[in-house]
Amino acid sequence: MVQNQKLEFLPRSELADLQAERLRTTLRHVESSVPFYRQKFREAGLKPDDIKSVEDISKIPFTNKQDLRDHYPFGLFAVPMDKVARIHASSGTTGKMTVVGYTLRDIDTWAELMARTLACAGAGKGDIVHNAYGYGLFTGGLGVHYGAEKLGATVIPISGGLTKRQIMILQDFGGTVLTCTPSYALNLAEVMEEMKVDPSSLKLKVGIFGAEPWSEKMREEIERKLDIDAVDIYGLSEVMGPGVAQECVEGKRGSHIFEDHFIAEIIDPETGEQLPYGERGELVFTTITKEAFPVIRYRTRDITSLDAETCVCGRTMVRMQRVTGRSDDMLIIRGVNVFPSQVESVLMGIEGLEPHYQLVLDRLGQLDTLEVQVEVTEKVFSDEVKNLEHLGKRIETDIKEYCAVTCKVKLVEPKGIQRSEGKAKRVVDNRPRQ
Amino acid sequence: MKVEQISIFLENKSGRLAEVTRLLGDGGVNIRALTLADTTDFGILRLIVSDKARALEVLKKAGFTVGTTEVVAVEVPDRPGGLSGILDSLGEEGINVEYMYAFVEKSGDDAVVIFRFDEPDKAIAILRRSGVAIMAAEKVYAL
Repeated sequence: MVQNQKLEFLPRSELADLQAERLRTTLRHVESSVPFYRQKFREAGLKPDDIKSVEDISKIPFTNKQDLRDHYPFGLFAVPMDKVARIHASSGTTGKMTVVGYTLRDIDTWAELMARTLACAGAGKGDIVHNAYGYGLFTGGLGVHYGAEKLGATVIPISGGLTKRQIMILQDFGGTVLTCTPSYALNLAEVMEEMKVDPSSLKLKVGIFGAEPWSEKMREEIERKLDIDAVDIYGLSEVMGPGVAQECVEGKRGSHIFEDHFIAEIIDPETGEQLPYGERGELVFTTITKEAFPVIRYRTRDITSLDAETCVCGRTMVRMQRVTGRSDDMLIIRGVNVFPSQVESVLMGIEGLEPHYQLVLDRLGQLDTLEVQVEVTEKVFSDEVKNLEHLGKRIETDIKEYCAVTCKVKLVEPKGIQRSEGKAKRVVDNRPRQ
Repeated sequence: MKVEQISIFLENKSGRLAEVTRLLGDGGVNIRALTLADTTDFGILRLIVSDKARALEVLKKAGFTVGTTEVVAVEVPDRPGGLSGILDSLGEEGINVEYMYAFVEKSGDDAVVIFRFDEPDKAIAILRRSGVAIMAAEKVYAL
């Protein structure tokens, strides 16, 4: 299914012209209305009209998360408050909340992009969207909600939590599209198993999962356990919310970034230099149609790469690969950079293990220690100590090989690790703060 | 001829063993024999119980990781050298004992020892040939 036949299939040369035009308009807009950007452009000796093509974007200074926090709450809004129709804010797990605003037109743009997103995942008019993203300041719930309505689908605003009730509603209301975090999807599958509900008896056909990094193995597991197609969605409130990029159900090979509204770049996180397609680095976004809260070269901290080959679905829009980690999530353990998603890939590579794990960091004297807690499932359990010890050693060796970090594996009872009602808590860092 | 043993994964933290015995007690399941293999981080509790199906049900419902294994209950003459004779006959045939533990109760004049062999069927045949009594499963569960 396709929401916007013309723009999603635009030849890339035409797309570049459209982007350059919209970028200049946005730069003029922020220069005249946001003191922070005006000052930054002045310091860099930059005028909006100097930007002749999309390539010129590298002349513009970056914006980072700290800049957003420094202007808490409304300092970077580019329209007067009486034009702001809605406020959202990020969860603020790693510091002060970042606050974003939308004009009515922004909300309409967002709904259009979320409608594209749902269509890209195979949904259409007549579908019932079981929306288990949280409603509230978090953009997930309302973002999906408006998109589903725009698409002409029916939306069930179930929000997160109360898992058994969710399953009952899935059975009774016949949701066909599930939207939630991937860890919550696994949680749903597990509770269904406990309740002896057969997922294939449900009407669900596709799940759109995002808001946290997940792996290809986890996709296979969700698809098998829930008997659906599972596709990745990408978004962040600073840029808009969900619907910045969406994986098509035909390809399942990375998420199409809606480039008529956002310019995406990959940079080297150390030097800030732009990297070519295919190379892994930090994802940077510039919004080119937003009114209330435009961001210019915003550093997302997300690590990924871009692929501009035309997709099997025919969309010309560039695909971003799975986010392999957030530099906020990146752990530095004895000087080695480790992403929890790498550990997850290792665990999912071992037959019978579930992706339920927790990383516990501590410091012994001057040395960082990493303990990986892994749940013992019936499939890997043995009545012989040597077999379980062998399993632990194997995980330790695999992690050492794949992540270059030494760890100690602790086998724990199932459900010993706190279950997710939203984002999974994968890391407990008990190291003393510097 | 073989006896079904259940095994339970336990984290090494206080109260887990008590939780298992409480669940089994509340479920009306009698423990016939048990042994705990422990490491610094975890333990494996192995049990012979009066009602295996019921035991599995209550333990799984409570979220424990549970497995079942076939073991052999051997009647060992209760005299010096009784066990040694049995192990010798198995060793000669290359059968490995993965682990073993004894019943508290006796069967007549014999002690009852539970064996986990790498090749249980072959072990049973050897023991029979040597005139060692193997206890029937029903008799073990009711011991």
